[in-house]
This record gives sequence, structure tokens and C-alpha cells, in this order.
Amino acid sequence: MEALLQQVVAGLATGGIYASIALALVMIYQSTHQINFAQGEMGMFATYIAWALIHWGMPYWPAFFLTVVIAFLGGAFLQRTVLRPLENASHLANIVVFVGLMITFNSLAGLLFTYTIKTFPSPFPNRLIFDGLLSFHQLGAIVVTGTVLLLLFAFFKYTPVGLAIRAGAQNPLSARLVGIRVSHMLALGWGLAAAIGAIAGMMVAPIVFLEPNMMSGILLYGFAGALIGGIDNPWGAVAGGFIIGVLENLLGAYVIGTELKLTATLMIIIAVLLFKPAGLFGQRIVKRV
Amino acid sequence: MPASSSQALPGSRRRTLLIGATAVVLVLLPVLLTQYQTFQATMILLYAIALLGLNMLVGYNGQISIGHGAFFAIGAYVTAILVSSFGIPYWATIPIAGLVCLVIGILFGIPALRLEGHYLALATFGLALALPQILKLHVFEAWTKGVVGIFVRKPKAPFGLPLTADQWLYYFTLFFLALAFLFAANLLRGRIGQAMIAIRDQPAAAASMGVNVSYYKTMTFGLSALYTGVAGALSAVVVQFVAPDSFSLHLSISFLLAIVIGGLGTMWGALFGAVFMVVVPNLASEISTAAPWAIYGVAVIIFMYVMPTGLVGLVRKIWNGFSRTPAAGGAA
Amino acid sequence: MKVLSIKGLEAWYGRTKVLHGLDVHLDEGGFTAVLGANGAGKTTLLRAISGLVTVKGDIEFAGKSLVGVAPEDIVRRGIAHVPVGRGTFLALTVEENLRAGAYLLRNKADIAAAIERAYSYFPRLRERRMQQAGTLSGGEQQMLAISRGIVSRPRLLLLDEPSVGLAPLIVEEIFEIMKQIRTVDGVSILVVEQNATLALKVADHAFVMETGRLVLSGTAAEIANDDGIRRSYLGY
Repeated sequence: MEALLQQVVAGLATGGIYASIALALVMIYQSTHQINFAQGEMGMFATYIAWALIHWGMPYWPAFFLTVVIAFLGGAFLQRTVLRPLENASHLANIVVFVGLMITFNSLAGLLFTYTIKTFPSPFPNRLIFDGLLSFHQLGAIVVTGTVLLLLFAFFKYTPVGLAIRAGAQNPLSARLVGIRVSHMLALGWGLAAAIGAIAGMMVAPIVFLEPNMMSGILLYGFAGALIGGIDNPWGAVAGGFIIGVLENLLGAYVIGTELKLTATLMIIIAVLLFKPAGLFGQRIVKRV
Repeated sequence: MPASSSQALPGSRRRTLLIGATAVVLVLLPVLLTQYQTFQATMILLYAIALLGLNMLVGYNGQISIGHGAFFAIGAYVTAILVSSFGIPYWATIPIAGLVCLVIGILFGIPALRLEGHYLALATFGLALALPQILKLHVFEAWTKGVVGIFVRKPKAPFGLPLTADQWLYYFTLFFLALAFLFAANLLRGRIGQAMIAIRDQPAAAASMGVNVSYYKTMTFGLSALYTGVAGALSAVVVQFVAPDSFSLHLSISFLLAIVIGGLGTMWGALFGAVFMVVVPNLASEISTAAPWAIYGVAVIIFMYVMPTGLVGLVRKIWNGFSRTPAAGGAA
Repeated sequence: MKVLSIKGLEAWYGRTKVLHGLDVHLDEGGFTAVLGANGAGKTTLLRAISGLVTVKGDIEFAGKSLVGVAPEDIVRRGIAHVPVGRGTFLALTVEENLRAGAYLLRNKADIAAAIERAYSYFPRLRERRMQQAGTLSGGEQQMLAISRGIVSRPRLLLLDEPSVGLAPLIVEEIFEIMKQIRTVDGVSILVVEQNATLALKVADHAFVMETGRLVLSGTAAEIANDDGIRRSYLGY
């Protein structure tokens, strides 16, 4: 029983990270109807930046926040330069460019930092708490990702800029006609998504170790989370991320072993796409007259 | 967006000439090459087969796969297992591998055709990511040998032909490429090809004109899997070794990017893409292991903006510039 | 006093020319209807004013040219445009739609006052303020669309086919309120309408367009009373 609880808690800790990635994917999906295949690698690259800052002697938290800022600016810059010309291009063109970005970041990390696996520090003490139920880092990851998610929801719900981003994502023409600079909102959305990805990367790196390919599996879990929750529903994506985290741990521990985690995730993705394409909590817009 | 069927100007004669010349060069090539170069040339040929298949799917039919490395891997494993565990002659395993991939491709294609655009990309992305794990499974270890992989003995030239083993494999692969090329050319020129292109450009209109969209999409997916599987099977014989980690996500991605760089929706694009796949990593890996990928990534993004018709488009442009034939074909 | 003066306006969609030299002048505080069949270029005229299509010619609003100005900035000059199909933010609540409409107002009190004013014109929206806009009826969505236009406190309001798909009674109600908005708030209104009868009843001025050209202009009464015009251009 205690083992089960332990698996669930561990699942929630990684689930928070998947939830962040899922939310980042949904944010970009909502405003552009594109799936950002480079989301994971962007987070990985940002984590390397944090690693370098810490390596050069910066304390953890300043490095953390500086990385978030750099990731935000980098994401916004990417949107302005690389993605903007593609706003009206086909899915294929977009996917190819996303995949191009994905391997560019991956190889850039390899070039700059080599492929040697690195340890990434956790800001939290290295010990178990609650009778060994979970590690301090796991609790910390839950708190950090939870805080980020709450802040984001508050931002989207209660600030004019958050409202403008949502309006621009839903109906770009209408948004422009009320004076919202939609293309700036897209850049802002990309910046936010990149920042969230950076935080997810920094939270997961102490667990999986830092290397250029560390995010590819996590991206797939993020996809699965976003799809389970409904690709156009931020709340659902977050819930989906947690569900995937717990499911992954439970299935891994009791059913299929660690060998098939990715395959199981693939099955989940395909099953959701086939049988419940709107996701478990996908919002249907009720009427369109 | 891909340059559709390339019915260029003075017509089929110049094209026949070009194909003939290419064929002659390809046949004579091994005479000029060292053993290692012959091996590389063989890799180009077999990648070209895979890219022909992928191009049918992506370039002609407009479906997006980031996971065709999975079919390449399945083809390779089918051949390796049949040869090593069942003692079947390598040449007989190639069609079997193709058929296995055709079936798996169709099975995967049935659900996949309900997935539009980026969802299909996502599902195939997952497939490419998950397949190495499946290959490592203990259940299959008796055949797949797990992480260790399978060695395949290099075949000698048959019938006492005066060829080295590498040269023989080159011609063996060339034979399959020729077959694949002729079949694809016929298919794409005919009604089926028209239907595939119609589905890419105007899915709704195609459906209303009585084109069975889901049938064509599934079959195209299966066919592209067959092509890629045959290529994979050949690679098992040529490389003489298969292991789960040779078929990572990177392989799948390089297929997709190679076809974009080569030229979507053109037959020549497959050959150019295959050359790119072999030559660039070779040149760039002298710099560092990451360099080829960096070049890939940046090249594909630049191509997407500057030359969406790929290397084929570039060559055509240059060619038309030289031969002073104004307004040739699609590139205007 | 003219609030909007258009001279020699030409516009294209790609290579197709859809407006062939239009001259239109709107009175400050006027209620003007643009009439004409489908494809006459009425919607394009509104899109041209809002900067959504490339144009040649001259569009002068409150003494300044709008040509080459981005749509986002044209709103800032005081023109609100409610597009065809109402442009509702379906997944946002009614109130969020209005807050989006008031995006350019910076002062919290101003925003609240503008939204309050919209609710006073359309009390039904107040009842549904926390409801998702997508769940509103067609008529309510049109009310919301007009409200979204007026909360930015424009000088000129452009409305594209507000009556489409609505029951006649609701359309009349909405047009009545538009008249009030015009008189009380002093907003100039330019409305594109297919329902000529109704539009001529509420408007004080009207233009008739045909294949990208202006064929007639006059007071609403003149046009409504001329049987020849009615038959040849308005088809009723």
C-alpha cells in the first residue's frame, strides 16, 4: 500500500513536469493551431544555459530566474524571426521547420556542451521526507511547477494582456479589430511557452540527468498529456500531464515494466486521437450560428 | 506548396535522356570507386528507395510522417532475423520484408488516416520514439538478440560474376532502386497518382469527385512503408548489422528532412535527398558529431523559406538559366 | 462636417480588383447604410476602411489619411468594426468579450463605465455576463458584437450585415437600439445591409453599390421612395 502511494506521489512529481510541457504545447496550439515539436529541445537548451550559469559560479536561484528570462526572450525572438513568415504556410512547412528547430537545438547543445551526461543541481536538500515517501526535490518540483501553473492561470484570467492573448488565439481578425496587436501576442505566447519549458527542463534535469536527448521522451509524455486533456484546453492539459505522470509510474511499476513506457504512451496517444479526439476535458464550443 | 507533377517543357525526350544518362552513370560508377565509396554509394541507393516511398506519402499525398525510420527498422530486422535465425537466403528476404512493412503500414495507416496533418506527424513521431524500446523487449530477444543486435553475413557475388562483394551489393541494390523507380513513375503518372495529388491539394473536392480518400491514403501509407521496409532490408545486408539504437528518432527525422531538402513531390528529389543524407554527415562529422545535425536543421529551415522545391528546384532553376528556355515548368 | 471622406478608392483581393474608384462621404453623427447585392463590394469597402485590404486612393478620417495604416492603429484612431459573422470570441465569457472590446481603454473606471453602458443598451447581456459567448443565441451574439464595438468608444462604428440569420423581430429591436446609440453617444454609424427595407427605415443616408462601383447615393427617404431604384438595384 505504501509502495503504491509512493508511486502515485512520484508520478505527481513528474506529472507536474509533463503538465508544464503539455500546457506550453497547448498555449502554442491555441494561438497557431500548430504542434511545436521543438518544445522539448527548447527546454533542454535552456537547461544547459542554466547549467552554464551555475557552472560559472552563479547561485542556483539567480541562475534559475535569469534562464527563465533568457528562454522567454529567446522564444519570442524565434517567433518573430523564424515562425512569423510561416503564419499562413501549410502544416507540412510548419512541422518541417519545427523539426528543423528541434534538431538544431539538439545539435547545438551537443556542439556547445558535448554529449557527455551532466549532473544538474537541485535547489532542494538531498533527502527523503514524509517517512521516505518522496524526496525533497520531488516535493520542490511539485511546488515549483504548481506555482508556475497557478501564476499562468491568474495571468490569463485576470490581466488585460492575458485576455488579449486568449482573444487573439481565438479569433485573430476580431482581435485585431479591437486593437490587439495579435502578432505581438503570438511572440508573447511563444516567450511564455519557452519559459515554461525552461522551468520544466530545470526541474526534470536533476532526475534524468542533463544531456541533449533528455527531453525527447518527456515531450512525448507532454503530447500525451495535452491530448488526454484536450489540445485546446489548458486546464485539461495540466490535468492530463498529471494523469500521464501517475499512469506512467503505476504502469511501469506494476504492469509493463520500464521497458514499454514509451510504447504505452504511444498507445495512449493513438487511442485518444481515435476514440476521443477532443480529449477527456476538451471544450466544445457549443454553438456557431 | 510542393511543385506538383513536373511536366516540364520540350517534354519527355529530354527527360528520357536524363534518366538514361543517370542510369548509365549509376551502372558504371562502381568501376571508379574504392571499396568504401562503393559501400557509401550503395547506402545512397537504398536511402533513395526509402525516400521514393516517403515522397509518395509526403510529397504526392500530403500526409506527414516523422516516423518512417520505424519501417526502415522493421524491414531491416525482418531480413536480419530471417537470415540469421531461419537460414533463408538474403535475396528472398527482401520482398518478405517489404510485404511485412506493407501490412504493418496499412494497419498503422487505417487509424492514421483519421488523423489530419500534425496529428499524424505526432503519432508517427511516437512510433519512431517507441520502436527501439520494442526491439529491445525481452519477449523478442530470442530473435532480435536485444540490445546486442544481429550480425548478417556479407553475401558474395553469385553465378561466378567477376565482382567484389561490395560491388555485387551495389548492383543488387541498384536493381531494387530501378524497380522502385519504374513502379513509382508508372503509378504516379497514372490515375492513382492523380488521385493522390488531388487528395493532397483538394481533399474535399477529391472526395466529392468520387475519389475514395481513405482507401488511397491508407494504401499510400502502406506503399510508402513497403518502400522504406525494402530499403531497410537492403541496409541489413549492406551494413551487415542491425541493432535497436541504429534506428533512433534521428533516422526518421533525417528521412523527412532529406525529402524536403531533396525536393518534395518530385522523383529526383529522392535521389538528391539520399545523396544529402550520406554525403553531408560524412563531410561534417569531421568537424564534430553534432555538426551534421546542425547543418541538417539549419539547411532545412533555410530551404523551407528560400527554396521550398528543394535541391530539385534549385537544379531546375540553374538548368533553365543555362539553357535559356524561358518559363520552364513549375518554377516561376 | 464629414467624419469620413473616401475618394477614388480601389481595392484588390490578390489580382482581382473588387473596388473600382469609389467616392463616399459620411456625415459626423450620421447613420448611413450601404446597400447592394452579394458581391457588390460592400464588405470590401468596410475592410478597406479598417486597413484589412490593400487599397489605392484616399480615405480620410477626421482629417487624417488612413491609407497604409494597420488595422490595430485604425481602431486607435476611433473606428470600430464589427465584421461579418460577428467575430465573437466564442470561448470567452460575455464580459470577457466586452473587456476585449475595451482593450484600448487603460483606465479601470473607464472600462467599467463603458461595459456598464453596453449593458444598459442590452440588459440581456448583463444577465448572461458570466456565460460563454458561444452559448448565446444568434441575436444575443449580435448584441454582444455591437456592444464589443461600442465599448471602445469609437467615433465611427462599422457594422457588417448585422441582420444575417436573425429573426425579423430581433433585427428590428437591434436596429432600434443602434439608432439610440447613434443619438445618445453621438457615434457615426456605417452599416452594410442586405435587408434594404429595414436599413432604409432607420438610416438617414444610403449608398447603393454594384460590382465595386457606387451607383446611387441619397437620403434614405429618397431611395426608399423611388420605385425604379428599388426594382433595379434592391430587388424588392
